[in-house]
Amino acid sequence: MSAASRAAVRLGTEPSKATRWIILGIVGVVFSIPIIGLIEFSFRDGLGGGYTLDHWTGLFTEEAARTYRQLFQAIGNSAVLAVVTVAIVLLILLPTMILVHIQFPKLKRVLEFICIIPITVPAIVLVVGLAPVYSVVVSVFGSGVWTLAFAYGITVLPYAYRAIQSNLDAVPVVTLSEAARSLGASWPVVLWRVLLPNLRRGVLAAAFISVAVVLGEFTIASLLNRRNLQTALLQVGQSDPWVAAIFALLALLFVFLLLLLIGRLGSTRNRSSS
Amino acid sequence: MTNSIPTATTIAASLSAAAGADGATVELVGVVKDYGSHRALNAIDLAIRPGEFVALLGPSGCGKTTALRALSGLETINAGQIRIDGKDVAAIPTNQRDIGMVFQSYSLFPHMTALENVEFGLRMRKVAPTERRARAEEALEMVGLGTFAQRFAHQLSGGQQQRVALARALVTRPRVLLLDEPLSALDAKVRVQLRDEIRRIQTELGITTVFVTHDQEEALAVADRVAVMRDGVIEQIGTPEELYATPSSAFVADFVGLSNRIPGQLVAGVAEVHGARLELLGDPLPDGPVTAYVRPEDIVIADAGIPATVVASSFLGSLRRTQVVLQDDTLLSIQHEVDTRPQPGDAVFLRLKGAPVSAVPRS
Amino acid sequence: MTVANAPAVLETGAGASPRRQSRAGLAKYLGLTPFALYVLLFLAIPTVLAVSTGFFTEDGSLTFDNVAGIFAPAVLATFASSFWVSAVTAVIGAVVGALVCYAMLGTRAEGALRTTVDSLSSVLAQFGGVMLAFAFIATIGNQGLVTVILRNSFGIDLFAGGQWLYQVPGLLPVYIYFQVPLMVITFMPALEGLKSQWAEANATLGGTRFTYWTQIAIPVLAPSFISSLLLLFANAFSSYATAAALISQGSQIVPLQIRSALVSETVLGRENMAGALALGMIVVMVVVMWGYSALQTRASRWQQ
Repeated sequence: MSAASRAAVRLGTEPSKATRWIILGIVGVVFSIPIIGLIEFSFRDGLGGGYTLDHWTGLFTEEAARTYRQLFQAIGNSAVLAVVTVAIVLLILLPTMILVHIQFPKLKRVLEFICIIPITVPAIVLVVGLAPVYSVVVSVFGSGVWTLAFAYGITVLPYAYRAIQSNLDAVPVVTLSEAARSLGASWPVVLWRVLLPNLRRGVLAAAFISVAVVLGEFTIASLLNRRNLQTALLQVGQSDPWVAAIFALLALLFVFLLLLLIGRLGSTRNRSSS
Repeated sequence: MTNSIPTATTIAASLSAAAGADGATVELVGVVKDYGSHRALNAIDLAIRPGEFVALLGPSGCGKTTALRALSGLETINAGQIRIDGKDVAAIPTNQRDIGMVFQSYSLFPHMTALENVEFGLRMRKVAPTERRARAEEALEMVGLGTFAQRFAHQLSGGQQQRVALARALVTRPRVLLLDEPLSALDAKVRVQLRDEIRRIQTELGITTVFVTHDQEEALAVADRVAVMRDGVIEQIGTPEELYATPSSAFVADFVGLSNRIPGQLVAGVAEVHGARLELLGDPLPDGPVTAYVRPEDIVIADAGIPATVVASSFLGSLRRTQVVLQDDTLLSIQHEVDTRPQPGDAVFLRLKGAPVSAVPRS
Repeated sequence: MTVANAPAVLETGAGASPRRQSRAGLAKYLGLTPFALYVLLFLAIPTVLAVSTGFFTEDGSLTFDNVAGIFAPAVLATFASSFWVSAVTAVIGAVVGALVCYAMLGTRAEGALRTTVDSLSSVLAQFGGVMLAFAFIATIGNQGLVTVILRNSFGIDLFAGGQWLYQVPGLLPVYIYFQVPLMVITFMPALEGLKSQWAEANATLGGTRFTYWTQIAIPVLAPSFISSLLLLFANAFSSYATAAALISQGSQIVPLQIRSALVSETVLGRENMAGALALGMIVVMVVVMWGYSALQTRASRWQQ
């Protein structure tokens, strides 16, 4: 251990190496148990003992495509929902946030408040009021699953807002736009060539978090009787828990990689700018 | 007429009388500090007398803060001795060294009022609540913040926060006071006010003080002695006058105060610069081409002498500083009284007053 | 000239009449309408509908029956269960999460340990309730890995007392699984906000590690800790998916009660009951989140 951290331990600002690894070790082990349970389960050979790779390999057969057609369709639905939700974030939330930041700084508190409301009004409450709204939506846009994205855009607001806002706060947006304008740039050019390249980190983080939230969403889809990844998993789980376990693991891994990417995005930015 | 309102002077006097006014002797003997392969302190030797105010001055990375933190115990050392009142304290942890320390910023505990902050050290020493409160209030009075006792850090300006930090450090009557760039985060005007107050309080209390700064004007203004540091060593230690008038090396000459660098020749140990013969300060150098360091106030505008053209002139209130360029394109800075008003483009003559100079060999 | 004024002046030109300027002023707000409309349609209206349908019967007349129904013993018991589960998992989640944050103090923010823990925490905090329920059933369910190991190797029958995993107590371990990561994400910034100068000042003033934590660090962290705890409470209280996946029948906690009300085919007019329940939930959430934001403001004033 370096002299600096020994000093920090003496002062009390850092735990000793032993304390650190005992805490992280115990918590790490306890938290990995359910995941290990899930992995182990996916290799089980039915209700008897023994293990098999069949559940995994069976995914790639012709049969699988038929039996699990609904599940694959549901995955497709969730993918579409993720894309549309990200589109809503990028085309509606992002421009509004930039506009407020530059032109309406007094409205910043209001915008922040609006984007925090979905935490206070959780999905289970929102869905009670969404049902009548959706009967209107269906009559205008049809009953495709993708319309759920309108509701999802609301549920991801707190996360997407925070991701973009921390980027906005770190970049001198107003000064940059004023400088660009004084050099003769039009607003679209300012947005496209000056602001967005500097907001890339926040925008990507917002996009990835939105994807993660959409993939994990169950409440609204279930209570509005739509089929997405999570509702399909629940249904499949009743007849074929092994496949459900496998897809749960795959979804988890996918989201983990996405969020790891966000973390990396942040650090590479920091390193290159220092 | 009795003066019943305590003034800062009388409070300080009463505090110091109660304490036993003398501060401790502080010695660094051959102190070495390594960070991995980087040697931050290279066998430093420093002896400070009781009640003395010593400034550690130097550019970033010179080791001045490391030296201070080694004194406080916040950094350990790899070799050498740290003695307070003759006793080696290197093995004694910070909280038992009986020192007072003021940090650059953010050191007040945010959840405590100013009074509670000042009381903290007394609380650690298990002083009774009533006595604790009285002494803390006295200390706040001493720094001029008697009425701010119930304020929190975020309700105080930067200068006020540093005063509370000072009161907090002094209320326990430590043997040594350590100040780590306490004024660097403050506005210019506040900085000047506060440094004079720190000096005044320190003089009243007679506490041995070590003050770290990168601002040479600050160091010269407040300290009894200044130690100029570079790359982990003390280049020169002396009174502000000594450092200014007789810098022992070109680095010190350059770092302390303004200097003009003028090419010249060293002949038989005397620097010949534009016809003037100037004594050499510091260690002897071999004869040959040198760069001499000449103070702006040691050059005068005269009726005859070195020809030069005025480039610019700045009015600084009580004096003027004029930039001129010589025929060989050397730029010089001259300091003179305000009545002479050179204009850009004027042709002038310069004369060197003849003060001794530092020099470095020129390639 | 600020950016806000620039477009107006450049577009309307010098010497623009006051009427043209005021039209430009209103047109400025045009840019905000897409978002405003979107939020109105999919947040404001559903919220208003959710809280107000509780005051109407199914044929549209005003009534307090639904709201009164909240105070029926059965429904109050549901709220009590929700409170109990939320409080227990919030406290345990907060304490364990705070310990994990403490364990990470002093590590490099961009280092491997921190980024991995951060990403894992983000994932597990979002771990969909359905997938989480599966994982726990696979681990401590009747045929779960750990259940079997305990039964065969240690003779311990996890379910001797009943099928607790598929009832309210079963929610506890599962909720804690996403509460701890949420705490880590929420509380870490507060711990990082502890300034080293405070620990150093504590040392120079004669304090020990113990006094640093008891007199300085913990009091300073208290507002953030409690606000994070409130956030965890709100998070558990509003969770639906996990309970829906584990408890297939019944309305033991409020979200499940809402499910019954919305999905019920037997009793008519239950949607309005769902509205009353939604109102009840919102009241709880508003109180909790108000406490959360008040404490956050206090904490940020100190962290300044």
